[in-house]
Amino acid sequence: MYTFSNRLKIASFILMAVGAIGIAIGFITMPSTVEDAKEIVASHSDGHGDHQAAAETHNTNTHGETAHAEGHDSKHDEHLLHQLQNKPWSALYVAAFFFFMIALGVLAFYAIQRAAQAGWSPLLFRVMEGITSYIVPGGIIVFVILAASVAHMNHLFVWMDADVVAEDKLLQGKAGYLNGTFFLIRAAIFLGGWIAYRTISRKLSLAQDEADDNTNFVKNFRWSAGFLVFYLVSESMMSWDWIMSVDPHWFSTLFGWYVFASMFVSGITVIAMVTIYLKSKGLLEDVNDSHIHDLAKFMFGISIFWTYLWFAQFMLIWYANIPEEVTYYVTRIQDYNLPFFGMIAMNFLFPLLLLMNSDYKRVNWFVVMAGVVILAGHYLDIFNMIMPATVGDQWSIGLSEICSVLFFAGLFIFVVFRALATAPLQPKRNPFIGESKHFHY
Amino acid sequence: MASKVIHAFYNDDDILMLAVKKVKAAKHHIEEVYCPFPVHGLDKAMGLAPTKIAITAFIYGCIGITIATLMMNYIMIEDWPQDIGGKPSFSYLENMPAFVPIMFELTVFFAAHLMVITFYMRSKLWPFKQAENPDVRTTDDLFLMEIEIHDNEEELKSLLADTGAVEINISEK
Repeated sequence: MYTFSNRLKIASFILMAVGAIGIAIGFITMPSTVEDAKEIVASHSDGHGDHQAAAETHNTNTHGETAHAEGHDSKHDEHLLHQLQNKPWSALYVAAFFFFMIALGVLAFYAIQRAAQAGWSPLLFRVMEGITSYIVPGGIIVFVILAASVAHMNHLFVWMDADVVAEDKLLQGKAGYLNGTFFLIRAAIFLGGWIAYRTISRKLSLAQDEADDNTNFVKNFRWSAGFLVFYLVSESMMSWDWIMSVDPHWFSTLFGWYVFASMFVSGITVIAMVTIYLKSKGLLEDVNDSHIHDLAKFMFGISIFWTYLWFAQFMLIWYANIPEEVTYYVTRIQDYNLPFFGMIAMNFLFPLLLLMNSDYKRVNWFVVMAGVVILAGHYLDIFNMIMPATVGDQWSIGLSEICSVLFFAGLFIFVVFRALATAPLQPKRNPFIGESKHFHY
Repeated sequence: MASKVIHAFYNDDDILMLAVKKVKAAKHHIEEVYCPFPVHGLDKAMGLAPTKIAITAFIYGCIGITIATLMMNYIMIEDWPQDIGGKPSFSYLENMPAFVPIMFELTVFFAAHLMVITFYMRSKLWPFKQAENPDVRTTDDLFLMEIEIHDNEEELKSLLADTGAVEINISEK
């Protein structure tokens, strides 16, 4: 039985407090008038070139507001103000979604282990269940941010702006799907389904410990298989709704898979890190190097899978070179050069070279170091998906972004480790527990 | 030199694994184990040196990606410059997205084929080669452990009988 140590609890509170202060400062210093916005940009002018150049890059950005980025100064200044007002919101949203997606990725991994009746992993089920407990608070926070967008408290989603839709034929055509009410109903259905499966599966998993037959185990298997069908559809739609729709003119048919790869690899990485942390505390004594080895193999494999999808999406658009599609990458390569290519190095080259050797996958600190880079890389991946549409070339990794990450990291640690402390770390009566204990490579 | 060997037969891979561990614990050198299918962890139990084929695979992959790059650079850029996807840059680097699938495929192709050839050469296998297994039943349902005899025939026999061997034969090699 794990007890949530006071040191870790205090650390998580400090992270949350520092994060909350930084987020608050980000919102307070947000410019409220066009003049303020111009001043902020002028004070950073060495970084972004002169005003004229900024206006020119804007004309190449074809997102929802191109219609009025004709170079009119007043329109452009107003656009700039919106981008700067979006910055703290976007930072909050990216971090909130990133940590939520870790829990959701772990939930999918867990359901796959259950549905496949995997023999190696039951020793890690309690770790996974602990991580998925974050899906409830994390999901609610993401939902609140989305509801705030629908309530026009921010401009993350340009299609929610009635004035923009009025001038935009394409958005009018999509209004049957992309409208505030339906958007929130869908979000509620997705979150409701995921949270329901998590609750049911956790209950059955705990009940199996005390049972004298395998009915709970079999029921859990059925729920997991059913959940995976729901998840496959809902995760894909979630990625269109919550991420792809920030660029409402642009679409990619494999986007759902691409986001899935990101959440899957981040989730598996966090499972490995939490397991190694608990092992370092002398818990989970039956988990051996072969379990870590398998998790590291997944980290390696899914990193390659992510790259495959990233490249499949990029290459087709690059090759076809159709203006309305290629603008997505033009913006990213012009304004986000370092995070865009840096992310590929972190998410592909780094795990490829570091985790290729079989022996390295068994070295715990090595897996943790590779995991830190993978997590940072996938944060950047989400950053690159959201920011270009919401803040354009006004991006930076500053106070708002870092403090948002700190806040959600603190909350994540607090929720996950509190949940880990509520049940024994080793399932007692899982029929595969013996196989899992003897698992060796 | 004619030396005598002892052949112990087993009918289950789990029993074989335990037997290998017992024989190793009794400090006898196991000459070879013949199996109808690969037994997981047997190499470690027998104390065989780890395979170096992973290193060769990496090297072959590097050769593959190099050949792919040089080949396409010659064909598509130097010898007959092509306008790829309406982007007439005539530079390998700028057109690289178009070349990545082939670079990947040839990396895999070289690694896979050269690894198989290396494996055959290293295990001295070639077409029409006579089988080396001492008993045909090892291709069906029996596992065979071969140990060389150094004036300890009776000791080995009783040890192997204890490990659950279903049949023990002595033969000249």
